[in-house]
Amino acid sequence: MTNPLTDVKNADVIFVTGSNTTEAHPVLGSYVRQAKEKGKKLIVADPIKIPLAEIADVFLQIKPGTSLALSHGMLHIIFAEGLDDKAYIEQNTQGVEELKELVKKYTPEYTAEICGVEKADIIKAARMYAGASVSSILYCMGITQQVNGVNNVYGLSNLALASGNLGKPGSGVNPLRGQNNVQGACDMGALPDVFTAYRKVTDHNARKSFEDAWGVKLSGETGLTATEAIPAALEDKIKMFHIIGENPAVSDADSNHVKKALKKAFVVVQDIFLTETAEFADVVLPAACFAEKDGTFTNSERRVQRVRQAVAAKGQTDWQIIMQLMNLLGYKCHYDQAEDIFTEMRALTPSYAGITYGRIEENNGLCWPCPNEDHPGTPILHIEKPLKGKAEFKAVEWQPAQESLKTEYPVLLTTNRIQHHYHTRTMTAKTKAIDEYYPDCYVQINPADAATWNIANGEFVEIVSARGTVKVKAQIADSIKKGTASMPFHWPDGANVLTCAAELDPISKVPGLKLVGVSLRKI
Amino acid sequence: MINIYINGQQRSILPGKTILEACKESGIHIPTFCYDERLKPEGSCRICVVELEDSHKLLPACTTEIAPEMRIATHSPLVMRMRKHLLEIMLSNHDISCLKCERAGNCLLQDYAYEYDVDIEKYRGRTRESAYLAENKFFELDQSKCISCGKCARICSQLQGNNVWAISNRGFETEVSTPFGIDMEEAGCVHCGNCVSICPVGALKPKKEHKFRAWEINEIQTTCSYCGVGCQMYLQVKDDKVVGVKPAYGKSNEGLLCVKGKFAFDFINHPQRLTTPLLRLADGELHSVSWEEALQLIADKTQEIKNTYGADAIMGLSSARVTNEENYLFMKYMRAVIGTNNLDHCARL
Repeated sequence: MTNPLTDVKNADVIFVTGSNTTEAHPVLGSYVRQAKEKGKKLIVADPIKIPLAEIADVFLQIKPGTSLALSHGMLHIIFAEGLDDKAYIEQNTQGVEELKELVKKYTPEYTAEICGVEKADIIKAARMYAGASVSSILYCMGITQQVNGVNNVYGLSNLALASGNLGKPGSGVNPLRGQNNVQGACDMGALPDVFTAYRKVTDHNARKSFEDAWGVKLSGETGLTATEAIPAALEDKIKMFHIIGENPAVSDADSNHVKKALKKAFVVVQDIFLTETAEFADVVLPAACFAEKDGTFTNSERRVQRVRQAVAAKGQTDWQIIMQLMNLLGYKCHYDQAEDIFTEMRALTPSYAGITYGRIEENNGLCWPCPNEDHPGTPILHIEKPLKGKAEFKAVEWQPAQESLKTEYPVLLTTNRIQHHYHTRTMTAKTKAIDEYYPDCYVQINPADAATWNIANGEFVEIVSARGTVKVKAQIADSIKKGTASMPFHWPDGANVLTCAAELDPISKVPGLKLVGVSLRKI
Repeated sequence: MINIYINGQQRSILPGKTILEACKESGIHIPTFCYDERLKPEGSCRICVVELEDSHKLLPACTTEIAPEMRIATHSPLVMRMRKHLLEIMLSNHDISCLKCERAGNCLLQDYAYEYDVDIEKYRGRTRESAYLAENKFFELDQSKCISCGKCARICSQLQGNNVWAISNRGFETEVSTPFGIDMEEAGCVHCGNCVSICPVGALKPKKEHKFRAWEINEIQTTCSYCGVGCQMYLQVKDDKVVGVKPAYGKSNEGLLCVKGKFAFDFINHPQRLTTPLLRLADGELHSVSWEEALQLIADKTQEIKNTYGADAIMGLSSARVTNEENYLFMKYMRAVIGTNNLDHCARL
C-alpha cells in the first residue's frame, strides 16, 4: 500500500474494487464504514454486491474480468471533462498522450457494454473519483487474480496518476495484502527473481553483495514461481518440494493437477497441522505457530511489527528447523534467537536498514523504507514526487479473458473469502463456533438464474469446469450478478478443483482465480 | 491555550478539549464507564462528574468543554458523594455474585465500588433479568451485569459500522438488545467481538473453553496472524495455554479486532497439532520419528536430488504466514545452501 490503513479515513472519496473489504480485511472495512458515516463518498466496483456496496454512493456491478475497461471508461470521462490534474501529470508522469489516445474509444456506451453496467454510473464514478480533492483506491485479489491482473493494476494506477492522487494523505493506490506476512515474505525475497528489498537476482551488484555476505557463489538465473513449479513437477523437472506453512493442495489453482505433482515429487512439509498438503508429504516436521515464537511480521501498510512468544512451542520454530538443515548440508551457521537473523537481514536490506527490535518497540511498529536508525519510517510513499522520478501511464487495451468465451462453460464463477474462515481453514476450522456456523462449502447464484436452472435454495448442484467437477449446496443470493456465480475458496474439493492453472498473467504469473468458466446444473 | 484550574493547580490546555481530556493530560484520574477516547462522548453514566468550584455545579467531565478560568474540583466531598451515590444506584439492580463472576478482578464496577466504599445494600432491589438473550456461539450477554453504559452499541455503530446493538426500553426495563429483539445475525452481527472487548463489566463475555480469573493470566502483546491488517492483540495465557485474546491499540487496528483475531485461537492448543516429525515408510503411511532422523533424511535426500538432477530440480515454497526472519533464512537456505532461485510463496493466492 502506498498509504497507511487508517489513512483511508482522510480520503474524500474511497474507490473500493476487487476487494470485499469487510469480509477479507474486516478492520479496514470498518474504517471505510467510519469514513462513510462521516460523509465521505464511496465507489464500489465488483461483480458481487458486497456489503460495502450497500452503503456505496455508486455501485458498479461489473462483469468479472472487466476492471481494466472500467478504468479506461472512467479515464475517458476524466480527460474529456478536464477533471485530470494537469500540473501533476506534467511534473510527475510520462506517457499521457498515448493513454489519452487509447481511452478515446472507451466511451461510456462502449465501457457500459463491456462491463455490464449503466453508463450513467460510470460517468458518476469518474466525476466523483477525480472531482474530489483527495481520493483513495483500495483493491485486492479481484483485480490481481485475473489473467490480465497486472493490466488491471495499471488501469487503477492510471486513474490515480491522472487525478494526482498519489503521495498525499488520503490518496494512493492501495493493494490490500491478504496474509499476515505476505508483504514481509516478498520483502525478504521469498520470490524467484529477487533478494531482499526486491534486488534482482539477475543484477550482478545485488548478487555480489549477497555473495560477499554469505560467502558462496549464487545463481543469477531467475527461478520458478509456485504456479510454474507445479507443471514443472508434472514434467519431471522439479523432483522435490520443500514447503513451509502453505497448503497448495487446497489453495492453488486446479487442485487435481497440484495433487498429481505432489504425489510425483519428494515432498517435505513444515506445518502446525497435518494439512491436505502434508498428507502428500514424505517427511512432515511439526512447526511452532505464531504464539510460540519471536520475530516480526510486515503488514499491508509496510509496517514491521513484533511477534512475541506467549507459550512454549509444540514443534520447533521454522527458523530453527532451517538452521539445522543448513548445518547438516555443510553450511555452518548459528543464530541464538530470531533477532540475530533480523540483524543479519537488515544489513543486506536497504529498506529495513534502520529498523531494529528496539525501534519497533519504541514506535509501535515502523513502516519501510527506513534507511537508517534516525529515520522515522515512511508511512506514505511517493510524497512530493513518485519514487522513481516520473511515473509511467500504461496504455494497454482491454481484452476478454479466454475463460469468458467458452460456450460450453457459460457461467462466470469467481472465488471469494468469508470473514470467519481464513484461507484453507487449517486454523479457523479448529474454533468450534466457526466450524459450526460455516461447516460446508457452497456456491452462490443469482435468483433469476436459479429459476431458469430450476434450482431451489439449499439444493445440491454440480459445477463443472474444464478442470474438474464439484458438488455443493446452492445459495440463492441477490448479491450475485446474473450469469455469474461465486464460491468461497476455503474448502478442499471446492473452488480450486474448478480453477485454471494453465493460463497465467504473463507478468505476475497469477492464475485467473476470479474468472472461471463453468457450467452448473441441479443434481 | 487557555488557563484553567484543576484542584487549585493552574493548567494551560488547548481550547476545545473536554474536562476529562484536560484531567487526563494533567495526570489526574477520573472514573469513567461510558467513555472511550475513540467514541463520541455521551455522558450517560455520569460517574465522571466533577464540581465547578465557583457554582458548585456538578458536570460530566467527558462531555463538558473547558472554558477560560474554569475552576474544577475532581475529588471534592460533593463529587465523591455523588459518585458513591451513582455507584449505589448502579448496584441496586446488579447481580452482585462477584465471587463467581468472570470479570472479578478486571471489572470497573468492582474497582470503583471498592474505591468509593459503596454500600451495596443501600438501594438493593430486584435484579434485572435478561429479556434479550443475544443467542450466538461466540459470546453471551448477561443483562443482570449490564450497567447500560452503551459502549457496546456505540462501538458497533461508530467504529465497527454494523449497528447491531441498541439500548432499548427505559428505567428498570433498560436493556441491551438488537433493534426489536431480532436475531443477532439478522441484525448484522459479524461476531467481531469488539462489543465484548469494550464492555467494562461482566455483561458481554466470550463463551470459552478454559475458565480463568484476571489474576491468573499473563498478557503478551503480539501481531495477529490472520490477514494483512496486522492488528495488535494481547494473548491471554494461563498455564502455558492461550485462553483468550484482547485487542491492543496498534497503529493499524486502533483497538479493534475481527472474529478471527478475537475468537479463532483454539488452534494453538488443539489436540491435532503436530508434535513429532513424521516420515512416510514403505507401508505408505506416515510414522513418528525423531527430529534427528527426520532432519538427516531431508538433508540426505536434498543432497541426493541436487547431485543427481541439479539444484534447480528443487523448489522451495516459503510462507506468507511465518515471520520475516524465517522467510529470510529460508531464502538464504534455498539460494546459498541448495543453490537455486526456485523459491516462491503463497503471494499469488
